[in-house]
Amino acid sequence: MINIAAVVLILLGLYSLLTTQHIIKMIVGLNVFEVGLNLFIITIGYRSNGIVPILTRTNNVQDFVDPLPQAIVLTSIVIGFGLTAVALVVAKKIHKTYGTYLINEIGGKVE
Amino acid sequence: MDLMNYLEIVASLLLIVFGVLIVMSKSIVKTIIYLSALSMIAALAYVLLKAPDVALTEVVIGSGLITFLFLFTYKRQKKVGDQE
Amino acid sequence: MKNILALLLIAVLAFLTMTYVVDNNLIPEYGEARLDQTVSGAYVTQSVTEKNNDVSFGRSDNLETGSANAVTSIVLEYRAFDTLGEVTVLFIAALGVSLLLGSSENFAKRPKSGFILKVGSKIILPIVIIVGVYIITHGHLSPGGGFQGGAMIAAALLLMAISDPQFIPSIKQFKLLEGLSGTIFIILGLVGISVSGYFLSNYMDTGIIGTLTSAGIIPILYMFIGLKVGSELISIITDFLREEAECD
Repeated sequence: MINIAAVVLILLGLYSLLTTQHIIKMIVGLNVFEVGLNLFIITIGYRSNGIVPILTRTNNVQDFVDPLPQAIVLTSIVIGFGLTAVALVVAKKIHKTYGTYLINEIGGKVE
Repeated sequence: MDLMNYLEIVASLLLIVFGVLIVMSKSIVKTIIYLSALSMIAALAYVLLKAPDVALTEVVIGSGLITFLFLFTYKRQKKVGDQE
Repeated sequence: MKNILALLLIAVLAFLTMTYVVDNNLIPEYGEARLDQTVSGAYVTQSVTEKNNDVSFGRSDNLETGSANAVTSIVLEYRAFDTLGEVTVLFIAALGVSLLLGSSENFAKRPKSGFILKVGSKIILPIVIIVGVYIITHGHLSPGGGFQGGAMIAAALLLMAISDPQFIPSIKQFKLLEGLSGTIFIILGLVGISVSGYFLSNYMDTGIIGTLTSAGIIPILYMFIGLKVGSELISIITDFLREEAECD
């Protein structure tokens, strides 16, 4: 279920990255790719009868879901934010220099 | 068990619907708002997969800060933005 | 032409990944992860260096990490080097944004906010800041930690900046705070080398699991990480609010 939706999101993000002309839509496609990828990594560690991996008075340590993919994805989300911030700054500078956001009007050959 | 299965199927369908809406949309502002909604549905999916730390991070960063960055880059006050 | 080629590539990739996602030998089936066959089994029962089988809330004393939140004990004790890498990447991103955008002194004109935003933000703002500080300090007992709490404090400042067009955050103090917190994080890790022989080791006494003063050095490290991440995100947001400079 959710792992199939995550793979579909990865492919949709890749398609949007390949075929659009507008720079902002490219960066949105990159973000969709990252949301799908992080979802897929967490579905690897899921157990059907598992519980949240936090110890309380009444639960048992052997029932946890796998906490290692969650620690990895925590790092990945914050790094994705840093990447989007730098990419948007470069897009803003491109718009300032060339006056447009579409990549086939920015100098060079036209398809 | 039936409720959890039902919620998982609803969440997967909503994820795919918003993904397709992002790719097919023609106006840039709508695309940015759909991205923010996709982040929120992904946070719901994280709670269903029993991962509350990740859900907290995704909601605050994906739906709050990234949407602001996109909107403030695209819409400036004194310049004529490229409306599609 | 480009569209058709891209569609073909996506179709081939979809075929390959669907046949490998649905059944394969590399990753377990959806919903069938087993803890005793992977390394997470040792992380969860806190028995990486010495075997230990009873972890119960409020009774076990002086375990390896002593933290009730399994994700926190992985992020700051068993895989602490990856956290150092993430702190470095965020620092480089904030540096890059500030070099490219930080050259003008004036701030762009922001639109006026409506009535609901002005009044509602005055009510919600102290609650968001207090919840952010709570999430940072209780990282080892409940879901949370430094990254989540730092991002919430940055979002509180963003709410302040949106609802009041004359608000200007003073950025020099935040950059100083960010550099100071990062340096203290690294110094605490280097002290670990001289005490136990490896970077970022947990050298304080990890008390009874489940109390507020447990888990040794983990809450202290998370406090400094929270301050650092919060001020970094605030400085990125402030650089985006600036006006465009006359460039060459």
